[in-house]
Amino acid sequence: MTDFLNTPVGVLALTVAQTLALLVPVLIAVAYLTWAERKVLAAMQMRKGPNVVGPFGLLQPFADALKMLMKETIIPSGASRLLFMAAPMLTFMLAMLAWAVIPVNDGWAIADINVGVLYLFAISSLGVYGIIIAGWASNSKYAFLGALRSAAQMVSYEVSIGFVIVTVLLCVGSLNLTEVVRAQENLWFFIPLFPMFVIFFISALAETNRAPFDLPEGESELVAGFFVEYSSMSFALFFLGEYANMILMSALTTILFLGGWYPPLHMEPFTWIPGPVWFALKIALVLFFFLWVRATFPRYRYDQLMRLGWKVFLPFSLLWLVLTAGFLKITGLLPA
Amino acid sequence: MIAALAFYVFAAVLVASAVMVVTSRNPVHSVLYLILAFFNAAALFLLAGAEFLAMILVIVYVGAVAVLFLFVVMMLDIDFSQLREGFQRYAPFGAVVGGILFLELLLVLGAWNFAPDAGDLRLAPVPEGVSNTEALGRLIYTDYIFLFQAAGLILLVAMIGAIVLTLRDKPAHSRRQDIGAQIARTSILSMQSPAPGQGITRESILRPLPPEPKEKPKPVAHDGHGHGGHH
Repeated sequence: MTDFLNTPVGVLALTVAQTLALLVPVLIAVAYLTWAERKVLAAMQMRKGPNVVGPFGLLQPFADALKMLMKETIIPSGASRLLFMAAPMLTFMLAMLAWAVIPVNDGWAIADINVGVLYLFAISSLGVYGIIIAGWASNSKYAFLGALRSAAQMVSYEVSIGFVIVTVLLCVGSLNLTEVVRAQENLWFFIPLFPMFVIFFISALAETNRAPFDLPEGESELVAGFFVEYSSMSFALFFLGEYANMILMSALTTILFLGGWYPPLHMEPFTWIPGPVWFALKIALVLFFFLWVRATFPRYRYDQLMRLGWKVFLPFSLLWLVLTAGFLKITGLLPA
Repeated sequence: MIAALAFYVFAAVLVASAVMVVTSRNPVHSVLYLILAFFNAAALFLLAGAEFLAMILVIVYVGAVAVLFLFVVMMLDIDFSQLREGFQRYAPFGAVVGGILFLELLLVLGAWNFAPDAGDLRLAPVPEGVSNTEALGRLIYTDYIFLFQAAGLILLVAMIGAIVLTLRDKPAHSRRQDIGAQIARTSILSMQSPAPGQGITRESILRPLPPEPKEKPKPVAHDGHGHGGHH
């Protein structure tokens, strides 16, 4: 068996198996995130939410998926056909690609590379292409405006996300995601770096185009923004990609600030629960915050969004970075 | 074997997409090919063992620079026939410049002398046990810190220049938001929390009530006109 796993075919088979073992739960989580979002929003607005298909509406996501598959895929006559079809695939693919480096437990990552943080940052910064290409290829004013907004927004908030990540890396001394989590064994980073945690969470909302920063798809002014012209499965891919990105950003928040797979206290009842379950629970907590924010806040105005990114988050995160570096240097806590 | 195969695939795609950047008719397609070229260059860096440079190439060039590129090119109003006309006129000139550059490169490479131990250094650019990122950081921030700072300063000057060129005073009548002043206002309204199912009564609204209409508006007299269609 071990001999087989060392051959190229064996390595390939093992990687495929690992990928499936990770992606199938992620996709199921995406399906149930759409259900959870409707349930949470409904509860916060004193409604019932989906409750007809299956017990507690639990089969609703599958009914929705089936409906999407049955619809006709419409390509607008003025559209650039190839790019129009490629954009949703790109969005979905990038959302899946990033999961390769996420450590679910100590040593449980498909690719435990030593620039894992940078890889995630690179993949998340590519997410904007799906949106821009969709907006341009649709050959529609609304879609194009949505794409332009999204490009400006994502590029702006990446800057502050970058500074937050650098601050965390200063405290870790490694770019490897497993090392980042191991450094938090005794103290989760959201306690000493609380302001950065808040900035990261808000920037993650902007990066995933979620409310209150969902201007690229603001239905009151742009109909549906960059995916106005999409229908059927191509629309579903955008939708799945957006939710997979939400889960990914929550996973990144968990890894950077909430101690990854570690239990809150290293003692009896907490240590009974295995690491991956803690990891999933923490992701679910962050996702609940995503939904809570959507139920609570109205959409930002565009100039306020830009002001927040460039004039508040950028100077503040830069200042905090310098403070952290200075503090670590003076106290001699700087990791070697 | 697999590494060599990967190298040739990435290199071939890189060269092909670089050619397409220049030859494709639609400028948006050109930028997309440029992005593909960046991507393959990053893959080549990875194969060479420079994973930090590969990731930085993707983050900076693909994730930020090319986005802005695409942003601008998409908004250009381009006349394609005029573009092709220009291509015909400038093609010989471009070919001459390209040819000279190529010749110069050949001359440089032909006259290049490698130090006897350079080959071994090239095969293992990073010493054992030191990661790529660490080695690069040591080089940039310790050995060449002043050059690095100078490069940063030059970029800063360029940025300030761009801001100075585009910043102009807003006309006096433009109304701007002062968020601090807006938040500091005291509200004349207050929040009500009525019991569920009760709703808010007229009395619980603190806003002054709208004045009662003095008299009922007179019903409009029917004047027999405006029924159009029948005569």
